[in-house]
Formats: sequence, structure tokens, C-alpha cells
Amino acid sequence: MVTINKPATKLNKPSKPQKSSSPSLSAFVKAFKNSIVLILFVLLWELAPQLGIVERTFLPPFSEVIRAWWDLLVSGELWRHFQASILRSLFGFLLALAVAIPLGLIIGWYPLARDLLTPILELFRNTAALALLPVFILILGIGEVSKISIVLFACTWPVLLNTISAVKNVDPLLIKSARSMNISSFKLFYKVILPASVPTIFTGIRMAGTGAILVLIAAEMIGAKAGLGYFITYSQYNFLIAEMYAGIITISLLGLLINYGLSSAERYFSRWKQ
Amino acid sequence: MDKIRFERVTKKFLVRDEHKKGAQREFTAIQNIEFTVREGEFITLVGPSGCGKSTLLDLLTGLTKPTKGRILIDGREITGPGLDRGIVFQQYALFPWKTARGNIEFGLEAKGIPKSERKEKAEYYLDLVGLKNFADRYPHELSGGMKQRVAIARSLAFNPDVLLMDEPFAALDAQTRETLQTELLRIWKKTGKTIIFITHGIDEAVYLGERVVVLTANPGTVKKIVDIPLKDRLEDADVKSNPAFISARREVWNLLHEPEFQGAHI
Ligand SMILES: Nc1ncnc2c1ncn2[C@@H]1O[C@H](COP(=O)(O)OP(=O)(O)OP(=O)(O)O)[C@@H](O)[C@H]1O
Ligand SMILES: [Mg+2]
Repeated sequence: MVTINKPATKLNKPSKPQKSSSPSLSAFVKAFKNSIVLILFVLLWELAPQLGIVERTFLPPFSEVIRAWWDLLVSGELWRHFQASILRSLFGFLLALAVAIPLGLIIGWYPLARDLLTPILELFRNTAALALLPVFILILGIGEVSKISIVLFACTWPVLLNTISAVKNVDPLLIKSARSMNISSFKLFYKVILPASVPTIFTGIRMAGTGAILVLIAAEMIGAKAGLGYFITYSQYNFLIAEMYAGIITISLLGLLINYGLSSAERYFSRWKQ
Repeated sequence: MDKIRFERVTKKFLVRDEHKKGAQREFTAIQNIEFTVREGEFITLVGPSGCGKSTLLDLLTGLTKPTKGRILIDGREITGPGLDRGIVFQQYALFPWKTARGNIEFGLEAKGIPKSERKEKAEYYLDLVGLKNFADRYPHELSGGMKQRVAIARSLAFNPDVLLMDEPFAALDAQTRETLQTELLRIWKKTGKTIIFITHGIDEAVYLGERVVVLTANPGTVKKIVDIPLKDRLEDADVKSNPAFISARREVWNLLHEPEFQGAHI
């Protein structure tokens, strides 16, 4: 036994450093692959105006934009607008979840309600929220209410429709299996229908998150006194071009942040899926 | 002692009429089924596809009701689902968002067993089906055979008197199926449950069942109940070459291949 074991351990040892070196290399390759195009993009943005390929009044070099961004950050100006936007979108988004998820669960559970309501819900979903913005402003004015309402409107449909289809598509065998254990309807709903629906509901939530920012920025561009959308149009009117781009970059970052947050949440709640 | 008693059980469904557009007609899935299952018995049901085996099992779960006749358990008519019966489906029907342990605890919770006891019980039944080391795996991380073991453990855990199994091993490969067959026999011996087991396999029916109920199709009725005079299937390693096994197997085969079945798929 001992003599057999010895060569085995000897063979194992030299292979260890090899194994640990290759993952770090492949991680490096992966990071390079992920960032190379991004780096080239920034480089192009920096050089094209510098070299006079594009008019630098309309597209200032990247470094200038970043400087403007930094100044806005330090002065607190950017934060003020960022805060206004995030609070509105978060408020509308959460309100939409609070309305759409329970409603979707109920509609999804009753086939008659589902069949009656799905066509009109599809119609609403496919009506671009921004097309209704004039209506919202007409009825609710240009204050916070109309902006939050339009986010609420835009977020509601994807969540509602996904929730309905999630409930509808729960594996009937799972329901049968749970029912055979003689559990109450409430428990069936809470312990089976709801968890089985979570991944599909979350897909709707992620869609709503992207939509929330989109419609809010547009709404802020039309009528607001604060917010990133307002800030961008304001900068444009006053020919603060570097500041305008700084605002656009902030929106990109905000979008990335929201998408990242919701994707991680989605992954967490769907971790039991293949 | 009689555990389960079918009394002239008939089940009809409303189906679309092929001849009249938009009209419905009655379709008799099973008709006048009548037999009894003894306490602690292992009984298997075979019959051509579509003869109403799953329909019969649904009636036993109490999720559907007979059109005519009734089914008694311990002398009382079945009126709805209950934890005195546990069910195992061919497609496992495990909750994919729960681990193996979570799935087993689900039934325990349904029974109202306090949380502190659930863990211990789940542990015991995982051990019984040989999955002690897989307690925290999600169903998609388990093989088909393992999933079915979890499903069996889940049904056993809330301690039903009767275990209802609808082709539980049909989706498994031959080797896994054989392993699970012997394991099921072992569990049956150990727990003394009454088991009603539906299968397509004649070998499986004869190997597992103390009696085999052979059904006819269209509508489903009991053709014959065959006694299988085998003792100690687990001790006899080569039970399938036992003359008693062979002749019982032939009898069931003949029953399933008599003229009225011709054209039916088995
Ligand atoms: N809900 C239903 N509505 C109408 N007809 C049904 C319904 N359920 C079953 N049937 C019919 O009843 C008959 C028996 O079906 P069942 O599923 O019980 O057969 P089975 O013996 O389990 O078949 P298999 O061996 O293929 O699983 C079939 O002809 C089927 O079409
Ligand atoms: Mg069936």
C-alpha cells in the first residue's frame, strides 16, 4: 500500500502550480476580451475630436466630458438630478410591482378573468407609454404626479402580463401533487403557484426596470425642473455640451446599475433552475 | 382485512363528438370496476394504454369522483384527497425550487408536523432511499433515479397507509429500474404499506405484485386478477427464472394478448 501511494503523491505535486497558473491566465484573457472594445471606444471618442475628425464643439473629447462630470459631481449638481430621477423611477416602479404582481396572480388564477382581460392588457402593453405622455400631462399637470404615473404605467404591463402567464403555465402536475396532499387553496397558492411563478415574474420585472428609466428620462426632457432628462436638455439649450454628455454617461451608468441589480436578483430567485 | 374496496366504479368523461360539430358525448373510461385490496398488500395493475389505469388512480387520490359506484378505504368512502394516501408519479412531480430535503419536508408540513421534527424525519427518509448525501441538491441536480427516490421518500414521509404509484419507473433505464424495484420491495417489507402500483411492464407487475390486476380496454374493466405465488422475492436472487414466476408471467402475457386486445397498444 505504502509503495503504491508514494508515486501517486509525487505525481500530484508538480501538477498543482500548473493548475493554479492557467486559471489566472484565462481570467486575464477573459477580462481583456470583455474590455478591449470598450477601451477602443473610449480611445476613439478621445482622439476623433482631438484630431479634428469630428467637430469638438459637438463632441468634446472624452477627457473633457469626464472633467465636466467630475466637476458636476463635486458641486453636488449631478447628485441633485440623479436623486430626482432615481426617486421618481423607484417610486413608480415599486408602485407598479405592488399593483401588478397581486393583480396578475389573481387574474392568472381565474381562467375567465384571464381570457377576458388579456387582449386589453396586451393592447395597453403595446401602446408606447410616451405616446400617452401628453394625456398624462393634460390630466395630471407637469408635477411629480404625472412623471411617477407614467413610470407606473410603463412598468405595470410587462409585470402584469408576465405574472399572468407565469401563473397560467405552472406545471399542472405540481398542482396535482400538492393537491393530493390535501393542502388548502391558500397554501397551494403561497407554497406552489407563487414560487413556481417567480422566475417568469422576474423577467417582467427586469423589463419594467429598463422601461422605467427610459420613459422617465423622456418625461423629464419634456417638462421638469430637476432630473437627468431635464439636465440634459437644459445643458443642450445652454450649449454646455460637455455637461450634456456627462449627463448622458450618468444615465448609461444608472441603466447598467439597475440592470445589474435586477439581473442578480433574478439569478438569485431562479437559482433552482437549470 | 380489506383496505381498499372498489364497488362497481364507473368513470365517464365528456368529450367532443367527432360526428357532430360542437357537440359533446360521454366517454366511458372505466366501467364497473370491482375488486378489493388487502391491508399491507402489494398489488399491481396492468392493461393496455388508455384502459383507464391513471383514471383509476386519480379516483383513489380523491381529486376526481366516480360517475357511478364508490371506493372505500377502511370502510369509508373516499370524498377528497388525504394524507392517508401518498402518490408517486412517473414524472416525479418534485418541486424544482425545493431541495431534496425541502421536497420531503413539504409533505410533512402539509401534515402539520412541527418544524423541529420535520428535519429529523426528512433525514430518516432520505436515508431510507439511500440519498443521505444528496439532501441539499435541487431536483435538476439529481438523476432520474434519484429524483424518483426523493419522490418516494416524500410520499412515505407523511406516513400514509397506502402508496399509489403510476408507472413510477417507466422513465428510468433498465438497470436503475431493477435497483429501484428491489428497493421498493425492501421498503414495502420494512414499512408494511399497502401499495397499488401501475405499470406497463409484465415482468415488473409479476415481480412486484402479490396479485396482478389485468384490465381490458374500452371501457376499462377488470379482466382477471392473477395470484403470484412467489415468496421472498428479495432472498431469491434469480427469482425471474423461478418456474412460478415464468408461468405467472405467461398467464399475464396471454391475458393481455387475447383477441380483444388486438390492435390495442400495450
Ligand atoms: N380528463 C379527461 N377527459 C376526457 N377523457 C379522458 C380524461 N382523462 C382520461 N381520459 C380518457 O380516458 C381513457 C383512460 O385514460 P388513462 O389516462 O386513465 O389511461 P391509462 O390506462 O393510464 O393509459 P396509459 O397506460 O397510456 O397511461 C383514455 O381513453 C383517455 O383518453
Ligand atoms: Mg396512465
